[in-house]
Amino acid sequence: MNGWEKLILYFQYPFVRYALIVGVLIALCSSLLGVTLVLKRFSFIGDGLSHVAFGAMAIAAVFGMTNEMPLVLVVTIVSAVLLLRTGQNAKIKGDAAVAMISVGALAIGYLLMNLFAKSSNLSGDVCSTLFGSTSILTLTQTEVWLCVLLSVVVTAIFVLFYHKIFAVTFDEGFAKATGTNAGLYNLMIAVVVAVVIVLAMNLVGSLLISALVIFPALSAMRVFKSFRAVTICSAVLSVCCAFVGILISIVGGTPVGSTIVAVDIAAFGGFSGAGIILGGMKK
Amino acid sequence: MVQLICQHLSLGYDGHEILHNLYFKINAGDYLCIVGENGSGKSTLMKTILGLQAPLSGKIVTGDGLRKNEIGYLPQQTLVQRDFPASVWEVVLSGCQNRQGLRPFYNVEEKRLAHENIEKMGLSSLTDRCYRELSGGQQQRVLLARALCATKKMLLLDEPVSGLDPVVTEEMYCLIESINREDGITVVMITHDIHAALKYANRILHIGESVFIGSKEAYMKSKFSDGFAGQGGVR
Repeated sequence: MNGWEKLILYFQYPFVRYALIVGVLIALCSSLLGVTLVLKRFSFIGDGLSHVAFGAMAIAAVFGMTNEMPLVLVVTIVSAVLLLRTGQNAKIKGDAAVAMISVGALAIGYLLMNLFAKSSNLSGDVCSTLFGSTSILTLTQTEVWLCVLLSVVVTAIFVLFYHKIFAVTFDEGFAKATGTNAGLYNLMIAVVVAVVIVLAMNLVGSLLISALVIFPALSAMRVFKSFRAVTICSAVLSVCCAFVGILISIVGGTPVGSTIVAVDIAAFGGFSGAGIILGGMKK
Repeated sequence: MVQLICQHLSLGYDGHEILHNLYFKINAGDYLCIVGENGSGKSTLMKTILGLQAPLSGKIVTGDGLRKNEIGYLPQQTLVQRDFPASVWEVVLSGCQNRQGLRPFYNVEEKRLAHENIEKMGLSSLTDRCYRELSGGQQQRVLLARALCATKKMLLLDEPVSGLDPVVTEEMYCLIESINREDGITVVMITHDIHAALKYANRILHIGESVFIGSKEAYMKSKFSDGFAGQGGVR
């Protein structure tokens, strides 16, 4: 059976189609935010927040909660708000704060899971949380709809506030001075980031989320010179990479998350090359 | 017409006071230069006028129909901007943000204003170029065009010529002067270049251990100009 037939066969199962839809949507949302985050020097926030979400999941597991989603979401949103708002005049600067919360939450989460774990397959649980589980293949229809809804909301927010997000990212001081409520938009970005990350954890896992956030944005920046072109390119690229990555992982039986990231890395390589060639042509 | 009054301002941060009981007015059409040593609170004063920072005490009152968000601002460049992928057009247009309110997109009038200011700053040929690839002087002109989109009345400039070579510096000063003279926009500028301050400004605010506010002529006669302007005085 060749790859194509295998794909057609797999696509007869709804869970494969769900996985593809959800994967592509998450890639779209994370790449939209990625441009802003990379430019604000918050590339690692995805990593930090996903570790916070991991810690929160561990706590939920300890308390034996059946539905861990609300707790994880609340904890992650609070952390995101704290991290992004302390951006300028904090005692602990942005990158250090992110690193601190990131490793802190990871350590505490693992510690708690070890101390109170009820599951016999602890390392399996941890591994699937860190590197993305097969749970993307076990999504229910409700979860898919939830994901579609959230993606629509995130995209709508991004489109409607595009110019404000640009102004706040490019020059927060100027935006504030001319009456843009920069604090509010930073808060909005933080909340959206947290939501997207909690969603994306199922797909690629805690350790690899940063890749979804930063690679498309960085690739786009190699080639394009305006904010709008970078944003659009980043979104399109991310969607394509996620699509290709999921297909490869289905055909090849590779882990979904790391395959998508590998495709993203390949795309980054391609765009870097293109950027160098284009830059050379100008000179 | 008085556009802005600083009433008994005390400025500082973390409870540490650096300026005490500052009182001065800015009139419409003024070209006011703020001079003083590093750390004397020039930038803090500017941030307070812009509402980016709260004063420890005292307040800032605007008059003559000037609203707080109608003050144009040319900040010092930040690290983020050095490798920011944005076209000149996008940067200048973002100056119209305060006119936009909650409307998500820019309207025809705002785009026209952005075009007008790009032209005024002599940037028409660079409209689609990437901001980070421009020279220092060009970048400053882009930011000046953006600031002009945000105001028709008052412009605050934080060391607009730092890092520019003498020729470009002179061009920049000429542009600022024409904005002040021809468009009647009030200019408030922080500078370390006392010669330029004495050449272009009509009023000087000197802050530091003691404070001077007054016309350029009075400043030159005062004790402040001795130490700061050096022997040369005005070119």
